[in-house]
Amino acid sequence: MASGIKDKVVILGMGCSKFGERWDASPSDLMVEAFEECIEDAGVQRNQIEAAWFGAGIDAFNVGASAMPLAIALRLNYIPVTKVENMCATGTEAFRGAVYAVASGACDIALALGVEKLKDTGYGGLPQRSRGLENDMYWPNLSAPGAFAQLATGYRAKHKLNKEDLKRAMAHVSVKSHANGVKNPKAHLRREITEDQAVSAPYIAEPIGLFDCCGVSDGSACAIVTTPEIAKSLGKENLVSVKALQLAVSNGTESSHESWDGSYLKTTRIASQRAYDEAGISKPKEEITMTEVHDCFSITELVTMEDLQLAEEGKGVTEVLDGNFDADGKTPCQIDGGLKCFGHPIGASGLRMIYENYLQLNGRAGDRQLSNPKMGLNHNLGGFPHQNICSISIVGPYN
Amino acid sequence: MIGISAYGVYIPRARLNKKAVADANAWFDAGLKSLGKGERAICNWDEDVITMAVEAASECLSSNQDVKLSSLYLASTTFPFLDRQNSVVVSEALNIDNQIRTMDIGASQRAATSALISLLESKAEGDSLLVASEHRRSKAGSRAEMLWGDAAASVLIGSENVIAECVGIETLAVDFVDHYRGEESSFDYDWEERWIRDEGFMKTVPAVVKKLLQSASLSTEDINHFILPTDQSRTPGVLAKKLGIDVTALVDNQISTVGVAGAAQPILLLAKALEDSNPGDHILMIGFGQGCDAILLKATDAITNYKPALNVSGALARRREENNYNKFLGFNNLIERDIGKRGEADKQTYLSGYNRRKDFLTSFLGGKCRECGTVQIPKEKYCVNPDCNALNSQDDYSFADKQGSVVTWTADRLTFDWSPPAYFGMVQFDGGGKIMMDFTEVEEGGIESGSKVSVHFRIRQFDPARGFRKYFWKAVIEEKN
Repeated sequence: MASGIKDKVVILGMGCSKFGERWDASPSDLMVEAFEECIEDAGVQRNQIEAAWFGAGIDAFNVGASAMPLAIALRLNYIPVTKVENMCATGTEAFRGAVYAVASGACDIALALGVEKLKDTGYGGLPQRSRGLENDMYWPNLSAPGAFAQLATGYRAKHKLNKEDLKRAMAHVSVKSHANGVKNPKAHLRREITEDQAVSAPYIAEPIGLFDCCGVSDGSACAIVTTPEIAKSLGKENLVSVKALQLAVSNGTESSHESWDGSYLKTTRIASQRAYDEAGISKPKEEITMTEVHDCFSITELVTMEDLQLAEEGKGVTEVLDGNFDADGKTPCQIDGGLKCFGHPIGASGLRMIYENYLQLNGRAGDRQLSNPKMGLNHNLGGFPHQNICSISIVGPYN
Repeated sequence: MIGISAYGVYIPRARLNKKAVADANAWFDAGLKSLGKGERAICNWDEDVITMAVEAASECLSSNQDVKLSSLYLASTTFPFLDRQNSVVVSEALNIDNQIRTMDIGASQRAATSALISLLESKAEGDSLLVASEHRRSKAGSRAEMLWGDAAASVLIGSENVIAECVGIETLAVDFVDHYRGEESSFDYDWEERWIRDEGFMKTVPAVVKKLLQSASLSTEDINHFILPTDQSRTPGVLAKKLGIDVTALVDNQISTVGVAGAAQPILLLAKALEDSNPGDHILMIGFGQGCDAILLKATDAITNYKPALNVSGALARRREENNYNKFLGFNNLIERDIGKRGEADKQTYLSGYNRRKDFLTSFLGGKCRECGTVQIPKEKYCVNPDCNALNSQDDYSFADKQGSVVTWTADRLTFDWSPPAYFGMVQFDGGGKIMMDFTEVEEGGIESGSKVSVHFRIRQFDPARGFRKYFWKAVIEEKN
């Protein structure tokens, strides 16, 4: 029986670039920006890094294929570097590679870096791209909002909600993230919005309106990981360790089998339960103190709260409107602004979430510091509601 | 006894208000105002000769379960492919056994009547399907734009369950160039209407009709339905009078409702005549173009009980008003639209990959698992049922004739679409199977989770850089009864 990843690996240092429309920065510039903060925080030298995992989601508009762009940008010392891509779960996937490498004993210190350069397409929203030869033959030409708008219609039909109530709860999700984003100097979008603004914004994909969508941003985030013993030997205190790392990938059941009704994210339910088991968490509502979830769209966050068992199934609207996930709520969600306002450079997002939890657990989150953070959950969802990859990481104080 | 045993029609739902066309163009040609009455049928952006043909043929075949098709002919002057047999695409979309003779017949307004003659005279065993379909392009502000329409019609030819038997056939071949379209042009060029009437119709048609009636030992007074396909509004009446055919026998060319559907017009009007026929009625149909075809049919007793699912009146009534002339120009590539950067994405079809998936893409076949009975689409190697996952366990299962209901949906305004917003979502089929697919013909506010749908063969994407177009199936919301 596998013992899981809990407390086998700690974070030695982390870094994150400013997210946003970085017209000034190339992918390499973004990588260097995140790495410089990270390596200084870790207090090690570049030549102590023994292996690296490099995450980038969309090649065509980004860095190109292979692991070489990372090795070249950071002048890594001919170490093994692996390129990973798993849609929006890419950042967490890079982290998983580095963490597993350390846990296996194959190396002492490993690097995970994610980057995405999305703003060189010449238009707003995510780049138009192929879904693969087979899928391109018959899939609707769906945009990301188009994909997740279906989650809203599916959820609404399942729970027999009226359009207005769901739309208002979706608006609350975004209003909360905007309020949080204001306090984050690295965030892409830093201004407050009102519920009325969110509700009355034009539809992008019905019922998703402009303010239901996250920012499409350039950015990079990275982590250096090692064993608790090495971290201690380097003089590190208040260690943050990895409690769980899980991934669940759709196998086509949601898209082709009638057991899925389009109202929830099957992978999130499976991956989070596995993560709770791995971390030894039996009462997520009580034990998880903060979350960074994949709020690519407001509806995704609302449904995800239920799928993570942080809200009761079918009660997401009420729990959101009650403020349970606001900065001063029971389980603050997206305290850094989330994908919504910190921004969503795809390959970097998973690492950005861990970065926020790492800062919070170290008491280094500035104006947005939570009073008593304990266990932080990070959730990514790559793909579409009917076919996706869910990654979950849980981090907390190393005891 | 050989004759017609079934018919099916398809008229696109969208009907362009002709006043909108006249209002937009009368500044240049004030004469268009007099034509600006009523409406005409227009293809949606995702319809063409092939998709309309599939609809009409499917209607035609739906009323007869025991058809043994030996041939399928497709008549048109506006085939989407000049070298790729269009009738074979239609045949595969209909999931017809491939042991069948197929043929595209074009290059004349009498393409369909000539094809019908050929099938009526054929000695081949089994039934033959003739489909005529037309989607003609015309210049912006032309009279043709006002007078023509897009439509398809289909007839089944055989010797069983005949509703109208063939009584006689005549043809005259004359290179009378009333109009033409050369290989280098995409629009017709025509000559003066009065000359076409006097030197064309009035000389050619009577000669052929007289000969035909003589050989059938009938007189013009015996004609109950007279089909003269033309966009000249007064010519059929003038001709009927000259021939001695009662004007009440004229089958209206439907200029103010559908518009004249080119090579499909004779078959569409034949369907209308059959709809209105009583046993014993004589139908005289003409095909005019580089001469003249004339076919004489006689309705049998079987016509009394023949009730197609959708006749011409039904297809006419299934309509959606379109008042936006610009949309028509856009759909027919008559103006250069700004389609945005998302529209620039490469749309290449990888023909070898497409060929592997043809059963699914064209025939809309999925699978039914022999082990657990789960119906699924697309058909993959392993069964999708999580409790089964059997390998190579699925038999072909057709979805083209299935209805379903909407599970999830959206109206996407970000993605590229020729007619935004793009509607798509998850469809659950009655009897099993589920897929995320495009919706078409959706009217704002007309879709909800739970809405019933049927599926239809449509254009999915154009690849203008390579002159290709992809087809796939889309869901259409069924009208509530």
